[in-house]
Amino acid sequence: MTTPHSPAEVKVRRPRERPSAVVRSRAVPYLYLLPGLAIYAMFMLYPLARTVTYSLYEWSGFGPSVFVGLKNYVALASDRAFQAAIWHAIILIFFYSVLPLVVGLVLASTLRRGQVRGMGAFRALIFLPQVIALVVVAVAWRQIYAPDGGLNRLLGLLGIHSDIGWLGDADLALPAVGIVGFWLETGLVMLLLLAGMTRIPNEMYEAARLDGAGAVREFFAVTLPSVRGEIATALVLTIIAALKTFDLVYMTTRGGPGAATTVPSFEVFNRAFNYKQLGSASAVAVVLTILVFVINVFVSRIGEERGGRR
Amino acid sequence: MKVSSFERSLNYIVLIVFAVFATAPMIMIALTALGPKLGVSTPGLHWGNFADAWAEGDFAFALSRSLLVALLVVSVALTLSLLAGYAFGTMRFPGSSLLFYLFLLGLMIPAEAIVIPLFYDFQALGVTDTIWAVALPQIAQSTAFGTFWMRAQFKALPQNLVEASALDGASSWRTLWRVAVPPTVPAIATVAVLMFMWTWNEFLIPLVMSPYKTWATAPLALNIFQGQYTADSALMAAAGVIIAAPIVVAFVFLQRYFINGMLEGASKG
Repeated sequence: MTTPHSPAEVKVRRPRERPSAVVRSRAVPYLYLLPGLAIYAMFMLYPLARTVTYSLYEWSGFGPSVFVGLKNYVALASDRAFQAAIWHAIILIFFYSVLPLVVGLVLASTLRRGQVRGMGAFRALIFLPQVIALVVVAVAWRQIYAPDGGLNRLLGLLGIHSDIGWLGDADLALPAVGIVGFWLETGLVMLLLLAGMTRIPNEMYEAARLDGAGAVREFFAVTLPSVRGEIATALVLTIIAALKTFDLVYMTTRGGPGAATTVPSFEVFNRAFNYKQLGSASAVAVVLTILVFVINVFVSRIGEERGGRR
Repeated sequence: MKVSSFERSLNYIVLIVFAVFATAPMIMIALTALGPKLGVSTPGLHWGNFADAWAEGDFAFALSRSLLVALLVVSVALTLSLLAGYAFGTMRFPGSSLLFYLFLLGLMIPAEAIVIPLFYDFQALGVTDTIWAVALPQIAQSTAFGTFWMRAQFKALPQNLVEASALDGASSWRTLWRVAVPPTVPAIATVAVLMFMWTWNEFLIPLVMSPYKTWATAPLALNIFQGQYTADSALMAAAGVIIAAPIVVAFVFLQRYFINGMLEGASKG
């Protein structure tokens, strides 16, 4: 259809005010935007605003609602269940983000120089946890953590007798869920970092070596600063995943035993649809959203300082 | 650059150990699915577990529901994203950056922050437990990401491609489909694959939006099945494999799209 024209032919000839070379009318861009914007506004922005409104009321799902101002938020400040959920989320962040980042950095810098045959296949295998529905992941790990499950059998092979139900123990359940998170995220983090590291020009390492840098100095002087952007991305992704561990918690422990594994997103669901405390549930949802925003903005900054990202 | 044979073997060891770690739980669940179910003690592989789980969990129903929801979400969200991404990526207009930031916001809004009013508003309209209740919020989510993604793709096209099209006297509509879309087909396929996977795996939205389970998608069916067959690990495992299989098969054939999409989408997000 469109035969490419030589640059000379196409030169300029576009008045500034036109939206694009093929668009004369100023209304056209908005017409292209409208359907997507309408759906997005109706089913995300509007409900988000509604959640904020709900959070200022006391309501049980039907009947009259009572305006209570910021009371639901004030109540959260002394709400043990909510504080526990936040505390659990912080512990999960260690397993979902910090550990995968450390392990991912070590593995990726080991693999950096590549030259491995079959890397594509390895990449696919390492990536696999990311594509499996979390509910299926939950079923798999429930069986691993069962009293007669894979973990205890593995320990048995090592000569350690154990018949604990890992997810049923109040002290072990949260770290057990955390390990699932570690399993989920580490592959992704490693591949992200590896992609960043393979872009570092070899000359930078050669220069470092001429300066007499050892492997450790080289890592801190060359590798680490070059993948700031990737580190930020990995942190944002995994921290948010930790805050939003709904499927996994719902399918493995339902927040239990007791309230040992509640997380903010589980609290939102539980308060809204089990206890019918819609105001309080909405307040938790708003706090969760703000946390997600803040983490996105602040952690992304780590990557953008020094213009680290392309 | 030379890599010593020691370093190379080390790489292999790291990769093999890690690949085993990443796949072991999945291999275990597949093996458990082939083990004897409760009350069965015959040796050998029990392929019948899949048939039993399939029938008892009514997974034909759940998978077809999942497929319908996913097809609806992907087709609508992809179309909306192409149109909006085209406007953002190739046109200049007042308010474009503000509107773009509005879409960008959508990448950060967790489903938890919207499901409560969605449920009560849909209930008031009497449309919970319909395909729309389950699909529309996910269309909105996928459109936010898709718009962001397609904008970047269209922006990366050479300027003179659109200008050349203008010299041919093409309209903007025609330019979109004849000039802008063809070179971005791989990127469009990537985002379609991601949208499909997200929708297939989504749990919270169908859980909330279909309280009577008439639009219970595959993950929900697995949750219901777990309520009934928790003790039977072979059947549970078989059910899990059934739910995961379509995406895993797609992943095997389209891994490039999955992996690049998630790595790139991640770093752009």
